Amino acid sequence: MNKYQVNEKGYYGPFGGAYIPEMLYPNVAELQATYLEIMQEENFQQEFQQLLRDYVGRPSPLYLAKRLSEKYGANIFLKREDLNHTGAHKINNTIGQILLAERLGKKRIIAETGAGQHGVATATVCALKGLECVVYMGEIDTKRQAPNVARMKMMGAKVVAAQSGSKTLKDATNEALRDWINNPVDTHYIIGSVVGPHPYPDLVARFQSIISEETKAQLKEKTGSSTPDYVLACVGGGSNAAGMFYHFLDEEHVKLIAVEAAGHGVHSGETAATTALGKEGVLHGSRSILMQTADGQVVEPYSISAGLDYPGIGPQHAWLFKSGRAQYVSITDEEAMQAGLLLTKLEGIIPAIESSHALAYLEKMTLRKEDNIVICLSGRGDKDLDNYMTYFGL
Amino acid sequence: MQDIFNNQKEDKLLSIYFTAGYPSIDSTIDIAERLERAGADFLEIGFPYSDPVADGPVIQHSSEQALKNGMTLGVLFEQLKTLRERVSIPVFLMGYFNPVLQYGVENFCRDCHEAGIQGAIIPDLPMYEYEELYQETFRKYQISNVFLVTPQTSEERIHKIDGLSDSFIYLLSSNATTGKQLAVDNQAEHYFQRLKDMQLRNPLVIGFGISDHQTFRKATHYAKGAIIGSAFVKILGEENYQNKIDTFIRSIKEQSI
Repeated sequence: MNKYQVNEKGYYGPFGGAYIPEMLYPNVAELQATYLEIMQEENFQQEFQQLLRDYVGRPSPLYLAKRLSEKYGANIFLKREDLNHTGAHKINNTIGQILLAERLGKKRIIAETGAGQHGVATATVCALKGLECVVYMGEIDTKRQAPNVARMKMMGAKVVAAQSGSKTLKDATNEALRDWINNPVDTHYIIGSVVGPHPYPDLVARFQSIISEETKAQLKEKTGSSTPDYVLACVGGGSNAAGMFYHFLDEEHVKLIAVEAAGHGVHSGETAATTALGKEGVLHGSRSILMQTADGQVVEPYSISAGLDYPGIGPQHAWLFKSGRAQYVSITDEEAMQAGLLLTKLEGIIPAIESSHALAYLEKMTLRKEDNIVICLSGRGDKDLDNYMTYFGL
Repeated sequence: MQDIFNNQKEDKLLSIYFTAGYPSIDSTIDIAERLERAGADFLEIGFPYSDPVADGPVIQHSSEQALKNGMTLGVLFEQLKTLRERVSIPVFLMGYFNPVLQYGVENFCRDCHEAGIQGAIIPDLPMYEYEELYQETFRKYQISNVFLVTPQTSEERIHKIDGLSDSFIYLLSSNATTGKQLAVDNQAEHYFQRLKDMQLRNPLVIGFGISDHQTFRKATHYAKGAIIGSAFVKILGEENYQNKIDTFIRSIKEQSI
């Protein structure tokens, strides 16, 4: 069995588990007991694959970015998750989870969201299935991301502004967990990243693993080999990276690089570079690496990219980091914004600022011209236009 | 310290939860002392956490304020050094696991033991992790770990919890975050009765949603005691709270004698 995957107790090395209050136990235990079986059912797989194809628009292309490749002197392939319906990889997971929720007989869906991408992807699948949807979003984020709030509302979701704590993603997650505690029977919580109590990190990684599954086949066709030299993805909680790495974890010759957001700089006090600054800790139901004070209080992260603005990383990432299987690096706001602009100019693709962090790391690599590199372009930049406009004075 | 949980005579125990460092950093021991004098039978002192997922708005607010006031586990254990000079009823610490993990589970248990703390209630430390990783340390320092049971907890799991407990079992009145009003309807009474009929080794104490004489009396009809949290913490946020503690405790207890 794969040493980088979850074990039967819900752990990745020392990380993971289900650190949840008893009130959440029945829901989480139900998921633990049923998720693998449900996901393997033939009619589940049929419906999942069909929706990914006809509704999401998969497979997403693997695009050899020629001008970008010329600039960096290597073969750079972009996995185009930005072309998915709703504009990011998030929908792979919400499609999977809504089918799971349906089979568990749940009538009501809750979700947390930071920038609104996962909230939109959840509201979308709830509209698709006609299920009630409540999305928790930090009050500050509802103001920063008003168009996404409008999208969710148009799709019939109720958006609740989280007023507690720092009023951002981590507090939206707290509010969603509180909702689940108070609605233990009819509600399914669609977590948006590879975080939370077991089995969520595994569940979400499996739904996102379609990214690397397709990549392997596409690479084989384009290069003759199903494995590249490098795979790069950005990491907030880490769902696109988990999906992008998934089928390469056992191919130890493939170098995996996870790019965190350094914000204004790792030591600026305004950063989301979790592995650089964090320590082992427990947040939102799992043991992982966390940005926290010496007393164990969670520190509010900062990044220009709302999708990377999370104080932890998923437990599998903590294990990939600690075991050395993947390399964790960080990129500042400035570096990411420049990389986003560069891709736009060279390839005519406006990337989400999250994805720009992965692109920006190309500058720091020493590459040979025969190197094949795959970068997960996790989302498109439409949602970030305000940010790009302000930053570059457009 | 009296063993109130195994004493047949002690009944209708009233326990009060409050957050250490709220409303002010040095109010902790003073509040504990006033509570004992007013007639509380045992206490839970909460240590604050930035992300209290099982708590409603009142305790969230007290935690946030306590953190702003500078409360940490280190500061709390410093304050607790004088606890046993001033307070004789049993005291438990209650809070989330991450601060304990950073303080060190062994340091935490040792300092609890030295301060005369009877046990800990850590809602997000699950049974499996407790048993596998920490039970030995808790036992070494004679710190009792208190588990929560909800209306959804299976009978098998309740028996397991009973086997691992050695002070009391914290029975949640409903599946909810703290601070919701208890509705003792047929369903709740059925659940309380079911638990009572299980004849567990450990006494039951009901918490969440207990706020006044009426809810206290209903809860203690089925259980050895009941815990009040949010309704008391709310008073700590008021002007001149020191003088209101006595009246509050008496209003809960006396009519029930």
